Amino acid sequence: MELILALAIGVLTGSGVWLLLRPRTFQVIMGLSLLSYAVNLFIFSMGRLGLAIDKEPVLQPGVPQDLLHYADPMPQALTLTAIVIGFAMTALFLVVLLASRGMAGTDHVDGSRAKDAQEMP
Amino acid sequence: MQTGFTASLTASLMPHLILAPIALPLLTAGLMLLLREERQRTKVTLNITSTFLGLVVAVLLLVQAKDPSLPGGLGVYLPGNWPAPFGIVLAIDRLSAMMLVLTSTVALATVLFSAARWHRAGVHFHPLFQFQLMGLAGAFLTADLFNLFVFFEIMLAASYGLLLHGSGRPRVSAGLHYIAINLAASSLFLIGVSMLYGITGTLNMADLAQAVAGVAPADRGLLHAAAAVLAVAFLIKAAVWPLNFWLVPAYSAATAPVGALFALMTKVGVYSVLRLWTLLFGAEAGESAQFGSLWLIGGGMLTMAFGAIGMLGSQRLGHLAGYSAILSSGTLLAAVGFGQNLLTAGLLYYLLSSTLAVSALFLLADLIDRWRNDGSNLAPYEQTDDAPFLSADLVPREGMNLDDQEEALIGQVIPAAAAFLGLAFMACTLVIAGLPPLPGFVGKFAMIHALLNPLGLGASAGFHLGAAGWTLVALLVGSGLLALLALTRAGIRHFWAAHDRASPKLLVLEGLPIALLLVACAALVWQAGAVMRYTQATADALHAPSTYMRAVMTATPVPNPPHTHAPAPQGATPP
Repeated sequence: MELILALAIGVLTGSGVWLLLRPRTFQVIMGLSLLSYAVNLFIFSMGRLGLAIDKEPVLQPGVPQDLLHYADPMPQALTLTAIVIGFAMTALFLVVLLASRGMAGTDHVDGSRAKDAQEMP
Repeated sequence: MQTGFTASLTASLMPHLILAPIALPLLTAGLMLLLREERQRTKVTLNITSTFLGLVVAVLLLVQAKDPSLPGGLGVYLPGNWPAPFGIVLAIDRLSAMMLVLTSTVALATVLFSAARWHRAGVHFHPLFQFQLMGLAGAFLTADLFNLFVFFEIMLAASYGLLLHGSGRPRVSAGLHYIAINLAASSLFLIGVSMLYGITGTLNMADLAQAVAGVAPADRGLLHAAAAVLAVAFLIKAAVWPLNFWLVPAYSAATAPVGALFALMTKVGVYSVLRLWTLLFGAEAGESAQFGSLWLIGGGMLTMAFGAIGMLGSQRLGHLAGYSAILSSGTLLAAVGFGQNLLTAGLLYYLLSSTLAVSALFLLADLIDRWRNDGSNLAPYEQTDDAPFLSADLVPREGMNLDDQEEALIGQVIPAAAAFLGLAFMACTLVIAGLPPLPGFVGKFAMIHALLNPLGLGASAGFHLGAAGWTLVALLVGSGLLALLALTRAGIRHFWAAHDRASPKLLVLEGLPIALLLVACAALVWQAGAVMRYTQATADALHAPSTYMRAVMTATPVPNPPHTHAPAPQGATPP
């Protein structure tokens, strides 16, 4: 399981970074989404009780109250927050992407493919 | 009887005052969202009132933090009434209080400035402004890493909206880059935070600081990696080279009040680095003490050089202001990296003065640009950035009146508005370049003095400053010179060159905020002794983090009130 999770995080991060560095806005937003998935999985894997598959994060009646039988609730709470914030930010980025597409008439991240329209000072 | 009741009410509410810098903007923004967009006047009034109240609260908190009866000037508040490592903690010490006052001052100036015209450039300016203030205040007050992330996101989400305020192609284009890099930085932030949690099992900054010294040797490399990943996220906010190419296009494309407010955002990055680095990797961190010091020094110095060269190379005033923000942030980071008590005191003083001046410069740049574009007589060199000083338009024509011995100039008066702009620009130049008599000089002098005499005057005999120290001294002086050149050149071009343009039309509401910021700068010089004593006490507390740790960790929750006729609940209990 560790191997699968590690591979998943690695593949998602790798593709995310690759897409993030591409010149078109849609590729960038896909890259950012993949990157945030990778980060969410990574937060999960950082639980203090290992991956803790099929275990509850909150106390359950009938389950012995020791660390062997529970998952660390903290990373789950963190991931939840991170998902919400990441989702909102991606939606916002999508709006800006569309505005940029509408104003510049191109989906290049700099708003232009021509070399004379550099925005940098 | 009445006064006794008021006094007891005040006494029972005072511990909750620490919550006000976060709750006040939140409530104001929520209220403003309920108002329709046509009721701009009400929103402006609300925004100004709330920002002013925020300043009052911040000053009250500052006075409280100065109180010597509190250990290290610390007030700890447990919002969920859970003891420290389990619940969220807000903590205010001298550094937080100082940053809050600075934030509120700049915010008041920018909101006044925006009330003149910029707030009408788009919708929801006022709520976004208040949310931004909430995020900033929360980032300064929180003592919990994940909470810091949340407040960063609030601050950033509001800043995305503010940056796009007014719309237009440059803003959308710069906004796209700004959002992309900040989303990537947020991912790094989360990776760093979760790694730290995985290693130490806590997210409370004080608890984390206690755990650092006892981390197993096998995990130490991982701890350093986590701290470095987290630091990269902060350094992107603090605009360290080479992670700062987004800053100048974004800040100069933003509307003027937003640009001025954003001058604070780089300081949040610096604040976070200063706070966490002194806590986690101070002298008490065992093997990890001073981890990453050279990276901070090196990165800060490169940023200084980049900022100074960028200032020299930029023609537009907005770009000049953006690069001066980078310069100031680089100076702060390099000085933080040395981890010396006296140097930290100097850099905190410099932080105050440079933030005020950079904000004022953003506001001024807008007024000057508008003055320049007022008539239709925009010279071709003013529309592009291509070497304007080589333009034929600027070479004096034969017989043109540039000489005071010729008659026609006699009796020409400088219009009051132009004189105000010119003098304000000059004051900003003096602060940013670090020339006397304004506070930029005092701050730089204090830093150089601390570098040469790290143990205080007379106690540092036989001390030899290393190569890094001498480089920083050279950069402090050299970057000041380059900034002076760049700003003087811009000043000559805008105020002294012969133009046939009308005198600028200046509203009082636009002059007032700039005057406010510059008066604050002047007050920093006037009260330099008191301010330096305060920053020195702040630096002392920062470099002895055990007081902070103990205060946060021993904060006790309030006992539940008995169910029968409960007395007014007490809030924070300072240890």
